[in-house]
Amino acid sequence: MRVMKSVLLAAGLLAAGALSAAAQTTVKWLHIEVNPTQVKIWEEVARAYEAKNPGVKVEMSFLENEAYKAKAPTLLQSKDKPHIIFSWAGGVLQSQVEAGVIEDITDQVKGYADTLTPAAVEAFKINGRNYGIPVAMSQVGFMVNKELMAKAGVDYTKIKTWDDLLAAVKTIKAAGITPIVVGGADKWPLHFYWTHLAVRMGGSPAIAAAMAGKDGGFESDVYVKSAELYKQLVDLQPFQNGFLGFKNPQAVGAFGDGKAAMILAISSFYHTQKALSADKTGIPDDKLGWFDFPSVPGGKGEPTDTLGGINGWLITKGSPKEAVDFLKFFISKDVQTRLAAGNFIVPVAKGAEEGVSSPFMKNIVANLGKSKFHQNFYDQMLGPSVGRVINDASAEIAGGSMTPKQAAKAVNDAWKQGN
Amino acid sequence: MASTAISLRRRDGAFTAIILFLPPALLLFTLFVVVPIVEAAWYSGFNWNGFGTPTRWVGWNNYIAVFNTRAFHLALRNNGLIILVSLLIQLPLALGLALVLAERFRGAVALRMLFFLPYVLAEIATGLIFSFVYDGDYGLLASIYRMFGAEAPHLLASPDTAMLAILIVVVWKYFGFHMMLFIAALQGMDRNLVEAARIDGASRGQVLRYIVIPLLYPTIRLSVFFAIVGSLQLFDLVMPLTRGGPADSSQTMVSFLYTHGVTRMRVGFGSAIGVILFVICATFAFTYKRWVMRDE
Repeated sequence: MRVMKSVLLAAGLLAAGALSAAAQTTVKWLHIEVNPTQVKIWEEVARAYEAKNPGVKVEMSFLENEAYKAKAPTLLQSKDKPHIIFSWAGGVLQSQVEAGVIEDITDQVKGYADTLTPAAVEAFKINGRNYGIPVAMSQVGFMVNKELMAKAGVDYTKIKTWDDLLAAVKTIKAAGITPIVVGGADKWPLHFYWTHLAVRMGGSPAIAAAMAGKDGGFESDVYVKSAELYKQLVDLQPFQNGFLGFKNPQAVGAFGDGKAAMILAISSFYHTQKALSADKTGIPDDKLGWFDFPSVPGGKGEPTDTLGGINGWLITKGSPKEAVDFLKFFISKDVQTRLAAGNFIVPVAKGAEEGVSSPFMKNIVANLGKSKFHQNFYDQMLGPSVGRVINDASAEIAGGSMTPKQAAKAVNDAWKQGN
Repeated sequence: MASTAISLRRRDGAFTAIILFLPPALLLFTLFVVVPIVEAAWYSGFNWNGFGTPTRWVGWNNYIAVFNTRAFHLALRNNGLIILVSLLIQLPLALGLALVLAERFRGAVALRMLFFLPYVLAEIATGLIFSFVYDGDYGLLASIYRMFGAEAPHLLASPDTAMLAILIVVVWKYFGFHMMLFIAALQGMDRNLVEAARIDGASRGQVLRYIVIPLLYPTIRLSVFFAIVGSLQLFDLVMPLTRGGPADSSQTMVSFLYTHGVTRMRVGFGSAIGVILFVICATFAFTYKRWVMRDE
């Protein structure tokens, strides 16, 4: 009898389980974040959302950055595609939208989008429609090891112009210290030099003109001259030995280990230089400095203009509406404040920046606040193919196998040919 | 009369066997080999980023673009280099070791295993191990240089030395495999021939030159075949070591396909490279089979 009862009970439970499973919606979320502390917070947010919304399950999965880029086209066209995917906006987003694999979420984010930084929201708009929600921004600039700078006798806060930087590099080198460490094998860390110089040289009109093919496109004076300035730096041999063989994580780790005075960094390296250093502590906050990318003689760009990333999340075509709902929950002031408090991100939800606690990140937030022109990473903005060409060309200038003119021509030819 | 009946029955048997056993293999072969090749050939005529269906027909333009890319020339040169090194360094090394280690003496088996070990390692793991070995600051090579008081070069970071570094790894990884092929052949060899020659007064060198090596020809031909096809396919060693860099100096055909086709979402361009590689491989395989391995 008792056996019978327990069998019935088990059957009942099974049936109930099956029912609730049937009523459940699963939101599949694919990310590329490697920092376990940040992922842990995300997990907690997902669980909190599930608790508030019974019947919805948020399932996270991970792909490595380069693997994600290579796999995305196939993945987005498969039946088993994720609902929420990572994006750097720009040309890749454009081609995904044109292919019709991304959901138009304009109606669902009406009103909500006003709670976010307008420039960041704008980056995810194509033809006036919203195709994604931004989550964080970053700035490219020089991260500094204060101790090594002091040892070399350089006051890094006085580096304002390109010539100042060149002079500083010479002084640091003369003191027997590696001036700059860079992950040249990954190429994109090198393209920051050329493209940030272009931002200083030409400001916002230059890139628009180049993309429209005016003034010689990417072979215009702005790009050739910035490449020449970049070459001036390269000729001083400012980088560590064998820099073309270093991948970015190795280079950032080397900076964290105190092997070089500077690194041209994305502001998020604030965390990665710690995580990737040999002792996992990296350069402590009081020894870590920052200065904005120097200005150039005759440059038309404002000194407050910034180069950096605008990251966000996209919803793939045919996803359940809960996916957008979850994103709104994830990119809300509360959650963003929490991530900002860990100094992981420069948040995009208005008011969340007050959560940022470290002086280092506070400075970045202030810079981005002041910036009237924020240039998205060139290799993202120009699309998957041309973006790689500008990275290649930047690495070739650094390796001495291309002249600035040839590099500009390579980019322009690729741009004319299209993605 | 009787013999005709038997041969007929035999042919019947062969026919049933073909009916029974060919379709599964043929189906799989068609599905996973023929269809992808035809698809690649089709895609190679389009300018296509992999989304939706290809619509922008560009004819031969992708092939023209491939031939005009410097990285393609470098990849071809590098594949040629790998083949040369495989034939001129790896094969003699493997053969020499095999001649020594095919003999029975203490430790022969242990040495064979030792030399075979690199072949067992996964390519990616090998690549990672050697990227540490070659590291100019902390690597094994750096410590050796330091012992002599010299500054170590960053082999993988210079366009002049990156390919050399990869070639060394290729030889290190695959010579054991070819050595094993030769050892197997040597052990299957009829010892009587060698003994007869010795009794007739042939020197060791003469035995090697006129008996052992000629008897090894089929295996040598097979080994050459493997070495060349393997060289053309080399990819997974290159990625962890250099990703084809710096400045494309260490691209192979396949790494070129991956870095310039797949990761740039240029499916048409990548397919064109794939088709070119296929044509090279197929031409080589068929002519080699036809002219060099025709006796087997």
